[in-house]
Amino acid sequence: MKNTAKKIYIALIFLFLYAPIATLMVLSFNASKTRAKWGGFTFKWYTRLIQNDDILKALGNTLLIALLSSVIATVIGTVACIAMNHMKKRTRTVMMGITNIPMLNADIVTGISLMLLFISFGFRFGFGTILLSHITFNIPYVILSVMPRMKQLNPSIYEAALDLGASPVSAFRRVVFPDLLPGILSGFLMAFTMSLDDFIITHFTKGAGVDTLSTKIYTEVRKGIKPEMYALSTIIFLAVLVLLLLVNAAPDKQDARADKKQAARF
Amino acid sequence: MRHRNVKNKALLGGIMLLAAAGIAGCGSSGGGKGGQVIVYNWGEYIDPDTIEMFEEETGIEVVYDEFETNEIMYPKVESGAASYDVVCPSDYMISKMIANDMLAELNFDNIPNAKKNIGAQYYEQSKGFDPENQYAIPYCWGTVGILYNKTMVDEPITSWAQLWDEKYADNILMQDSVRDAFMVAEKLNGFSMNTTDPQELETAKNSLIEQKPLVQAYVIDQVRDKMIGNEAAIGVIYSGEAIYTQRENPDLEYVIPEEGTNVWIDSWVILKDAPNKENAEKFIDFMCRGDIAVKNFEYITYSTPNDAARELIEDEDIRNSEIAFPDLSKFNNLETFVYLGEDGDALYNELWKEVKSN
Amino acid sequence: MTSKNKWLSAPYTLWSVVFIIIPLCMIFYYGLTDKTGAFTLENIMAIATAEHAKALRLSILLSLISTLLCFLLAYPLAMILANMKVSQHSFIILIFILPMWMNFLLRTLAWQTLLEKNGVINNILTFLHLPNINIINTPYAIILGMVYNFLPFMVLPLYNALSKIDKNVINAARDLGADNVHTFFRIILPLSVPGIISGISMVFVPALTTFVISSLLGGSKILLIGNVIDQEFTQASNWHLGSGLSIVLMLFIILNMIASAVFDKDGEGSML
Repeated sequence: MKNTAKKIYIALIFLFLYAPIATLMVLSFNASKTRAKWGGFTFKWYTRLIQNDDILKALGNTLLIALLSSVIATVIGTVACIAMNHMKKRTRTVMMGITNIPMLNADIVTGISLMLLFISFGFRFGFGTILLSHITFNIPYVILSVMPRMKQLNPSIYEAALDLGASPVSAFRRVVFPDLLPGILSGFLMAFTMSLDDFIITHFTKGAGVDTLSTKIYTEVRKGIKPEMYALSTIIFLAVLVLLLLVNAAPDKQDARADKKQAARF
Repeated sequence: MRHRNVKNKALLGGIMLLAAAGIAGCGSSGGGKGGQVIVYNWGEYIDPDTIEMFEEETGIEVVYDEFETNEIMYPKVESGAASYDVVCPSDYMISKMIANDMLAELNFDNIPNAKKNIGAQYYEQSKGFDPENQYAIPYCWGTVGILYNKTMVDEPITSWAQLWDEKYADNILMQDSVRDAFMVAEKLNGFSMNTTDPQELETAKNSLIEQKPLVQAYVIDQVRDKMIGNEAAIGVIYSGEAIYTQRENPDLEYVIPEEGTNVWIDSWVILKDAPNKENAEKFIDFMCRGDIAVKNFEYITYSTPNDAARELIEDEDIRNSEIAFPDLSKFNNLETFVYLGEDGDALYNELWKEVKSN
Repeated sequence: MTSKNKWLSAPYTLWSVVFIIIPLCMIFYYGLTDKTGAFTLENIMAIATAEHAKALRLSILLSLISTLLCFLLAYPLAMILANMKVSQHSFIILIFILPMWMNFLLRTLAWQTLLEKNGVINNILTFLHLPNINIINTPYAIILGMVYNFLPFMVLPLYNALSKIDKNVINAARDLGADNVHTFFRIILPLSVPGIISGISMVFVPALTTFVISSLLGGSKILLIGNVIDQEFTQASNWHLGSGLSIVLMLFIILNMIASAVFDKDGEGSML
């Protein structure tokens, strides 16, 4: 009985989270160009999508920016965590405070402040400025997911490795890094997602001829969203979902062994 | 257990990486032989095919960027950070740009189609913001009026005053931009829509506050979708949207209210420090060609000032449409927005905030 | 170690100075000067004018309600999820991140399609002969939009904090005779405080500053402080006032940082 209630509760939450997604998917098959009317079932937006260079280019930009910015943010963020871990508590608190700024500041303020920076330092708006901005707001997500792992780390393991003759680099790579990896990957994934979904900051820092999907969608809002966008979103969503299910369903023996080792450690 | 985690995410990350690399690879394009021209236009305000045709014919590469409002466009252009050549602002913004010495005087000898194809009356109308027709070449124009659903009203709609009728409570859509919203209230009260008289503005503001409880929503672009979906009975809309909405929902009718309205013109201008002036002239000239302008008209459905293009419209109903090509001499009190200066703008914005927060 | 450490912290320190601190200074510069460049507090004091104060009050009210709703919805959910089989850990996280892969603007527009007078939900209700709901263009729709968009930011830190609680502690409490209610209030709730704090700030702050949700789902009839700031920057071109009001909003961020510093000393309430 109690279990049924739990299941119903989860189902309701998921209905809430995924109802708009389902709506968008349905709209991608709507023959009518407007979202207000159902004009019959069609696949035409999918075929048009493939021919639409503009949208594909924006998709390319979006993915490339998301990828580059999250990789760079992950590197900078992880290095920063290692450095911060050894800092004095005061300095660390200040650093963490600064880290929180882009995450907690209103997006529009972050966007405008970066735009002001780029204008006054004579940057040319374009791919580069978007990338720099995305790295900036991505780093905090990396730091905030690596830092807790860092704190759980036992510093004596690293020192033991050094004592046993490992070079600092290999001690880090062999001992510290594997323990940080889950945090690093979570941070990377979060950064990638945030970059993908960002509109406001990109909007203020982009230049001529460079569009991401978000800015493309926003300009389309004026004349109505093109159904090709719904089609594209549906494809992206389904691709990630399928991937997720596949990865999750794949059994793995190595994992089981790792589990035991983990279990033994705690 | 952590390691399982790692594997999942690593795989996912890897695939995202491949996808990004693959798609980004197809997206790049080479520069044209004839140099480039950087164009800054409203979103969805051109048929993309015409850009391709221009590139093929001239070998000039078009770098195309879009903006959503004149106000967002302005600081980007002013800062010079993106160095645009051609921009397509609206009337009042053009006068602001002229006032701030941002525009280049046009050499009409290099843009022969502009004089040949664009109707003289549109240049006449442009004088409101470009007194000597030195800077701007009309690209699209239209009126602002009322779109209503014949099945949801029981009387002919003819006046702005009907937007204050309590019978349509929660069935009215207003424009969500300062000048457009105030235009309606000013016309209702018989003022000029370019007034900066504090007393007149106070009256207009009070009218808007009085109307607010009846308004279903303040929207810009979504008037269209909402009217098509029978969400509201009457809405304030740009004439260019009317043709499209009628096609989707035949119950809709567009009318220019008897108190007069805004005749707006979006025009091509070349920036003073445009890096590619010659190409910019070629681009504008190309867009003024009849066959090209008609393609753009059919794509965006906003009225074209291009007489040659109008001749080429195949659908007779549209060529003679009262909505797309109204005979402006039949209406009273038509005006075009002019720039009100910084103080004027500030006053309007202040009052608009009072309306919105009421 | 120290010299190497300096070298390690250099990239991020440099980055945060150039891309966080300097831009922030520019906001302060604009916020504290007028059009002629002279120093003024006017832009900050402007928060006290009737429209701005009202917009701020309304923003605080709506975001508090949304944060509370998010918390009430997310806590039971996080507890259920935390007690599920551990092997689904990353799957659970991803399922909450997944909706974000559909663009934010599209998701919010989709709610419009769902909630409108003749929208999907009302069509279904009519079909079932149930009374229609009419919340589009009201503050309720804005709250719904906020809860929808920010719920994952509440669920994830709570889930994280709850799944870190050692089951032995709970079992011990039970063995010592504590009932469910006691165990919850004495053990589970206190131990999840870092997650709660992190969740609250991850929801409250973006809800406080949003302007897209209020204009898309509130029919632009309800002016929130985010809308005011957005309008100052994008419509009124008054960057000084926009910056001044942003500085006021930053007060909340500082409050937030203090709260996290007090309650979440070890950064345990992380998102992931």
